Amino acid sequence: MSATLTHPTYEELCANFDWATAERELGVSKTGRVNIGWHCSDRICRLGKASKRALVWEDFHGNGRTYTFDDLRVLTNTFADYLCGLGLGPGERVCLFMDRIPELYIGFLGILKMGGIAQPLFSAFGEDSLWTRLADAKTSAIVTQRKHVGKVRRIRERLPELRHIVVVDADEFILQEREVALALDRLPRVERFEVFPSTAETASVLHYTSGTTGQPKGAQHVHYSLVSQYLTAKWVLDLQDDDVYWCNADPGWVTGTSYGIIGPWANGTTQAVLDSGFSTERWYAFIAKHRVTVWYSAPTAIRLLMRDGTGVARKHDLSSLRHLCSVGEPLNAEAVIWSREAFGLPFHDTFWQTETGCIVITNFPGMAIKPGSMGKPFPGITATVLDPRTHAPCTSPGTVGLIALRPGWPSMIRGYWNNPAGYASKFANGWYLCGDRASIDPDGYYWFVGRDDDVINTGGHLVGPFEIESALLEHPAVAESAAVATPDPVNMEVVKAFVTLKPGFAGGPDLELEIMNYVRKKLSPLAMPQQIEFVSTLPKTRSGKIVRRILRAKEFGEPVGDTSTLMDE
Amino acid sequence: MDELKKVILDYVAKEYLEEGDDRQIGEDTPLITGGIVDSFSMVSLKRFLERRYSIQIPDAEATPQAFDTVTSIAELVKKFRKTEGRSHGVQHQGP
Repeated sequence: MSATLTHPTYEELCANFDWATAERELGVSKTGRVNIGWHCSDRICRLGKASKRALVWEDFHGNGRTYTFDDLRVLTNTFADYLCGLGLGPGERVCLFMDRIPELYIGFLGILKMGGIAQPLFSAFGEDSLWTRLADAKTSAIVTQRKHVGKVRRIRERLPELRHIVVVDADEFILQEREVALALDRLPRVERFEVFPSTAETASVLHYTSGTTGQPKGAQHVHYSLVSQYLTAKWVLDLQDDDVYWCNADPGWVTGTSYGIIGPWANGTTQAVLDSGFSTERWYAFIAKHRVTVWYSAPTAIRLLMRDGTGVARKHDLSSLRHLCSVGEPLNAEAVIWSREAFGLPFHDTFWQTETGCIVITNFPGMAIKPGSMGKPFPGITATVLDPRTHAPCTSPGTVGLIALRPGWPSMIRGYWNNPAGYASKFANGWYLCGDRASIDPDGYYWFVGRDDDVINTGGHLVGPFEIESALLEHPAVAESAAVATPDPVNMEVVKAFVTLKPGFAGGPDLELEIMNYVRKKLSPLAMPQQIEFVSTLPKTRSGKIVRRILRAKEFGEPVGDTSTLMDE
Repeated sequence: MDELKKVILDYVAKEYLEEGDDRQIGEDTPLITGGIVDSFSMVSLKRFLERRYSIQIPDAEATPQAFDTVTSIAELVKKFRKTEGRSHGVQHQGP
């Protein structure tokens, strides 16, 4: 990047803020047509950027492919047309279950163009996690890769609504019932496609997110979310026309769609994507090779980079970097300070979640960063912290309360799929409750304290204890279980399970490893307990409910609180 | 291929490759960067090695780089087998 950018102050951004600014820039309104698929591809071409690079993709071998915005336009048309040819129609859920290959990004926009609801799922999910989410959504089709088909085959008999299993790299692979091959690069390119006339409130994306109780909930987004995602990408990620932007997140999670697809492409930004697991050397080499300028990463990754020291960073030419952001869990002050040393730039922490659809509290470019702080609310977002008992806003600076937002910004979810009661439970006194605790300092900066529930935030991903405990109970040796968070220096938290065994089973390292692998395969590596403690009893209320908070408090060295309602041992 | 590498390779293929996943893995196939074993799953692989070879691999040594290939994992195991062997030897020479 050549010239140094100047940024408006936070106060200037807030003054006279109106989401209509973004509506005007995008040419959308609450009552007119809006389709994310079209806005991220055709619209950018109409702005004269058809030949600009949209996607610079590379795999772990270093094999690469590049797509222009015109390629993106035509290939998303082709994908949409293919889905229509299968008989899929508007409103049907189409799951994307793939690694970070180009078909995932193209498929996402293609589904939206034909009016479908895109349901991206993390490809490391095991068969139980996959089944739970496909069964709940009554998904009509899943687009996947050969290497993941085995998981789908094992559950498809229990998914009567799943009509199509689309394999994007089938080649010589022998297909079975309901499976079809899609070789996108061999299909005739569809120049013109009648994009579904979606409007602001038409459902667009279904992301599953975990809570304390019950199975994961499908957070339902609409096409109008584009307005928030476009503007936050522009202002917070500071995307400029000549940027090369890299978002580390997998589109199986909301960051990977809001800021790994929609936000940057709605801004006409070139995205670099690396389909590879973590490697410090590999990541720095990727930044250097593609001259990445804006990097959106996560604290877990940053802490792994820190572990390898600044020396590794200095071996690579990382001079292209000009703006760094982070999301997923609170960014500790040390990481901000370290990034200044390693890259000459601080990471800017951003806070948001699946339900918000866009960044809601953040450190803006040009804003003074207080290392360890979450920053300030995005203009147009009314945020506060609430007293946990009265749900009234805390008035004294420094008071810890529940982070709450006034509903109504464009990308807020419109509900949980098939779960209105779950959605209603997220509100109090007209505020949306994020489920996190924080305080606000006298300068208006937010400081994260922790979760307000039993959800485990591991490596920036939320994992629900109920789902883990349900999987544990299916193991033949397990009688009862409780899954809680335990502190971890890299992932902030990891899963720890407390387990009582059925008669005839003895706890020990071999059984511990067996149970770990059992949960990993059923659910996902994220949900795998990294520690298992075999115990004789679990703390319970007199009505027999397991009290996770006691176990969690002990893990964090915190007071266990009121134990008067516990069952005597 | 030596016995140690074969044990690790067999375990990785059995535990981390999906049924029906027809990728061929060898001793130098990238496991972490190649997306076969992720940083979370690495914990169970480390636990297996520690059990199988009666060693303790410090967390600081269990890096994604060290676990990226069967060859590098085998080197790590050899290193700690030697270290623990030495420490056992010292203990045995004590009073």
